Amino acid sequence: MTETDIAATLERAAAERILIIDGAMGTMIQRHNLDEAGYRGQRFADWPRDVKGNNDLLVLTQPGIIQGIHEEYLAAGADIIETNTFNAQRISMADYGMEELSYEINVAAAKLARAAVDKYTALTPDKPRFVAGAVGPTNRTASISPDVNNPGFRNVSYDELRDAYKEQVRGLIEGGSQIILIETIFDTLNAKAAGLATLEVFDELGITLPVMISGTITDRSGRTLSGQTPEAFWYSMRHLKPFSIGLNCALGADLMRPYLAELSQIADVRISAYPNAGLPNAMGGYDETPDDMACATEPWARDGLINVIGGCCGSTPDHIRHIAEHVKQYPPRPIPKIAPKLRLSGLEPFVHG
Amino acid sequence: MTSSAALSFINVGERTNVTGSAKFRKLIEANDYAAALAVARQQVEAGAMVLDVNMDEGLLDSEKAMTTFLNLIASEPDISRVPIMIDSSKWTVIEAGLKCVQGKPIVNSISMKEGEEAFLEHARKVRRYGAAVVVMAFDEQGQADTIERKVSICERAYNLLTEKIGFPPEDIIFDPNIFAVATGIEEHNGYGIAFIEATRQIREKMPLTHVSGGVSNLSFAFRGNEPVREAMHSVFLYHAIRAGMDMGIVNAGQLALYDDIPAELRELAEDVILNRRPDATDRLLDAAPRFKGDGSGQKAKEKDLTWREGTVESRLTHSLVHGITDFIEADTEEARQKLPKPLNVIEGPLMDGMSVVGDLFGAGKMFLPQVVKSARVMKQAVAYLQPYLEEEKRLSGVDQMPAAGKVVMATVKGDVHDIGKNIVGVVLQCNNYEVIDLGVMVPASKILETAKREKADIIGLSGLITPSLDEMCFVAAEMERENFSVPLLIGGATTSRVHTAVKISPNYNKGQAIYVLDASRAVGVVSNLLSETQSKSYVEGIQAEYVKVREAHLANEAKKQRLTLTAARANKVAIDWAAYTPPKPSFLGTRTYRNYDLASLVPYIDWTPFFQTWELTGRYPAILDDNKVGVEARKLFEDAKVMLDRIVREKWFTANGVVGFWPANGVGDDIELYADETRKTTRATLYTLRQQMARDPSRDRAHVALADFVAPKESGIADYVGGFAVTSGLGEEAAIEAHIKTTDDYSRIIAKALADRLAEAFAEALHARVRRELWGYAKNETLSNDDLILEKYQGIRPAPGYPAQPDHTEKATLWSLMNVEEETGIQLTESYAMWPGAAVSGLYFSHPESHYFGVGKVERDQAEDYARRKGWALEEAERWLAPVLNYDPVSARKNVA
Repeated sequence: MTETDIAATLERAAAERILIIDGAMGTMIQRHNLDEAGYRGQRFADWPRDVKGNNDLLVLTQPGIIQGIHEEYLAAGADIIETNTFNAQRISMADYGMEELSYEINVAAAKLARAAVDKYTALTPDKPRFVAGAVGPTNRTASISPDVNNPGFRNVSYDELRDAYKEQVRGLIEGGSQIILIETIFDTLNAKAAGLATLEVFDELGITLPVMISGTITDRSGRTLSGQTPEAFWYSMRHLKPFSIGLNCALGADLMRPYLAELSQIADVRISAYPNAGLPNAMGGYDETPDDMACATEPWARDGLINVIGGCCGSTPDHIRHIAEHVKQYPPRPIPKIAPKLRLSGLEPFVHG
Repeated sequence: MTSSAALSFINVGERTNVTGSAKFRKLIEANDYAAALAVARQQVEAGAMVLDVNMDEGLLDSEKAMTTFLNLIASEPDISRVPIMIDSSKWTVIEAGLKCVQGKPIVNSISMKEGEEAFLEHARKVRRYGAAVVVMAFDEQGQADTIERKVSICERAYNLLTEKIGFPPEDIIFDPNIFAVATGIEEHNGYGIAFIEATRQIREKMPLTHVSGGVSNLSFAFRGNEPVREAMHSVFLYHAIRAGMDMGIVNAGQLALYDDIPAELRELAEDVILNRRPDATDRLLDAAPRFKGDGSGQKAKEKDLTWREGTVESRLTHSLVHGITDFIEADTEEARQKLPKPLNVIEGPLMDGMSVVGDLFGAGKMFLPQVVKSARVMKQAVAYLQPYLEEEKRLSGVDQMPAAGKVVMATVKGDVHDIGKNIVGVVLQCNNYEVIDLGVMVPASKILETAKREKADIIGLSGLITPSLDEMCFVAAEMERENFSVPLLIGGATTSRVHTAVKISPNYNKGQAIYVLDASRAVGVVSNLLSETQSKSYVEGIQAEYVKVREAHLANEAKKQRLTLTAARANKVAIDWAAYTPPKPSFLGTRTYRNYDLASLVPYIDWTPFFQTWELTGRYPAILDDNKVGVEARKLFEDAKVMLDRIVREKWFTANGVVGFWPANGVGDDIELYADETRKTTRATLYTLRQQMARDPSRDRAHVALADFVAPKESGIADYVGGFAVTSGLGEEAAIEAHIKTTDDYSRIIAKALADRLAEAFAEALHARVRRELWGYAKNETLSNDDLILEKYQGIRPAPGYPAQPDHTEKATLWSLMNVEEETGIQLTESYAMWPGAAVSGLYFSHPESHYFGVGKVERDQAEDYARRKGWALEEAERWLAPVLNYDPVSARKNVA
């Protein structure tokens, strides 16, 4: 498929049904109990730093495991799967001294996901599946100071973020990603840099892919970590003309609902949601069973709030299978017409006109 | 301005502009960004909906100043809640600003003065950075001054923007240039009306776009005469807004109302702006000096005391709502003279004021610290009236002012924690309930006696440590036995709705036990319970709810799977002891610290729980800037710092502590402590509990007990364990009595909460010393206070009675090992709470793998085993472990029988 075909196919699928995005990668990787040697594989046996925990590296050292997880999610009914690249830009990779591998990891991750998707699309050509190149928040924040005594200080600049994201997005696209997914946004300025980087790479490669955007409301304050309300966040991202806007991570389905409903009312694009399997329990695990989660998210579909749904931390292929089963009887949310007005934002929205 | 026009008009704050404000420019030049931020804050508070930031000054590094200032604004939620207007004539400065704002800002401005190509290039970038844009009516020929040029340039720009790059029309704001009028140059006379007319045409032709302008240019000729300038701005805006101008860069705090302008001045200004007569300028110039006033033109922004002009009733309400004590006695006196009886002052204006406070608190518009301050004002007023009330009573022989109801409150026997209870007491008193507070460690008999004698309407119990839960069950059973029927309120950190429903409520069937989550709920619960009309249905509602809670709890219990103790032990923490040499402490035995320097503890204070005490949720320091509670948190924090300073300087409290280290080895789930390095004589045994929760088998996490962190005896490795007990609460009560008025609950609660914080800080400080020096296994550790709070250090200091060892009785072992009571003055109550309450004790473990954990629920096999090890009957073990038992001991016994 050409890029225009991809966009058109995706649009068509989204018009017909609620699309299913996959669940947690980290939760599934944990099940393999990989040790330091497992993470290193042969190639990085002598790497000078510990790499255990560098999940994104596994696309190079344990490609079988990663592709296996992708296929489990596809078998569970996912239409869209995310590449295993949540931290695969040089800012996060610096933790392991692996900045120079960022591009390679993104290409490899996209190829693995494409191999899985192409296999499943070949089995059922009437149900095309898509690879979303996952672009995470990095481990730094462009609008929050890490030093309480120096609120004007930043440990990362917009330009550093944009450059790191450009390298990542180029890798994702060259590896075969069909969508760019900017996700788990806790600082909107980081996400704006990712958005600009994406558009610049599109220009350089002479293509345009659908962009999905997913923010994170961190707690019941109803704000992102950097302090924006959902509506303010949407106005900050709207210029990217995304395929969808939505929320993921941090909250379970019950707590996420009011913020999702808010976005659903004001966004004239599709709405995506992939909550955690509940809130982390005292032991750091997630307690919602596949059935719990499916029952908690079904009302979103029933009430016409969503177009794309899946799971974040703690969710598994079984969760996704249950969710897909529960929402398939409902039509996707119709995209509302929103009056053209000057819509600005600080931490809070400001609408004029 | 009419109000409806004003509603559709965006005020852009202009004072954070170095070209428009000399004051702001000087602050930026002097690098005084704190004061510069205050200017921004003042703009937002005064009603600016968007904040204009301009750093275009020749001698400034404008890009750097823009970046610095916008980054600082981002850290101030009360400023950054509004959108920013990034204002510069230099593209590089605009781009630097765009890289600093997470919201959707406005760029001010771009234009076609360098041609279409540069214009479109900039516009494309503005769009990619996610901003709206101001387009100046400026082209290759220059700034547009006539109606025709203004309109045609804007139309050309519009077509380029929307057709060539798809810029959304609603994100385009035109600035058709406001120029100075009444300058004496004849061509300038039409500038005002040209702007207004161009605005009308632009909005007609391109209805989705907007029109803005910098208004202060207009009156440039009248610098120094603020009243005339304000009148001109106001008149200009009045007409321009009606023509369609919907945004303006104005001094939001300083704009006269159109209708408030003296009629003569208004007409003179209107003549100038609308260019209505040839001599308009001269006439305004002639008249201007008469309107100059005192020359300052600025209304003094001193402390606003206009509220003092109201009636005495409204003044009392104001003082109560705002927690102001300055005038309360004078106003109370005035009310006393006005009303027939002193009691009428309390029943009338004071209670009316407090019900305003109650309503605001209920509506979430006041926060707890404010309410407690209100109570302080109320108490002062009542104290002032007291002699008059006594006199009245003596004359009439009638006692008692009627209260809404009477509540007897106590912290239960064995427990000493009372800050939360005190807060509830204050809040209830604010709402005219009479509160009889019996204090701490109150036995059931005394609570019930008092309740009977005083004919209490409600009894409230509080407690913080887990054994208090059992004591509350006991009080409930006693109430049943003694035929009480009044409601029983349950609150405090370890209490819960589930515990109240499952354990306490069934003991008390003649009345209802009710869980109260926090002080903010107390008034609602009490008023429902005492309401003649609602009480019955309210209690029935609670009963129905508790039945459900109990059923759900039972169902949950049935589901919970636990491992057998044997299986859990087989999965203990696997530490390779052969490869490890435990560090040896610098001394064995104990060391006592008396009169520890309080000042050295201050940096170790974790403030977050301090705010929690006041029901202000959020992490310190972010809470100080929280949108909702930030203002109150800041005030509270300031008050607390002032008092902390006094406490430290005047040595209100004494801090004592003791530390000990002993040779130790693990034996099964226990830890043996030896008399000396020969490890032949056992001095004491520390008993520990092991996790038994069923886990996802794919996760290889151990079932931990504290004993796992010490080298086992059979390994033959010499290991050590430490212990400590610290307090900073000695002399607390006496100091509070001596230094704080009895009516000032606000300050009393702050002092108590600070004593608690200092004790925690002491534990933290001592632990740091242990790691670096006394045990010395982390000599080079350098951690910030944040890292300490996040427990990033090596080794742990778990406390008996908390999740890693839920058995409070283990404190007794520490007390005898370290002779704690004599060395430090900290006593243990019969429930093993520490007295004074501002105290912390625990064990020290040094192994790098040692970590905090929760034992969770334990099964009967472990309770039996633990009882055997401790030499207890099973019932004794079940009593102390009650909160963590995974079974109901009563029904378990029945099943066996």
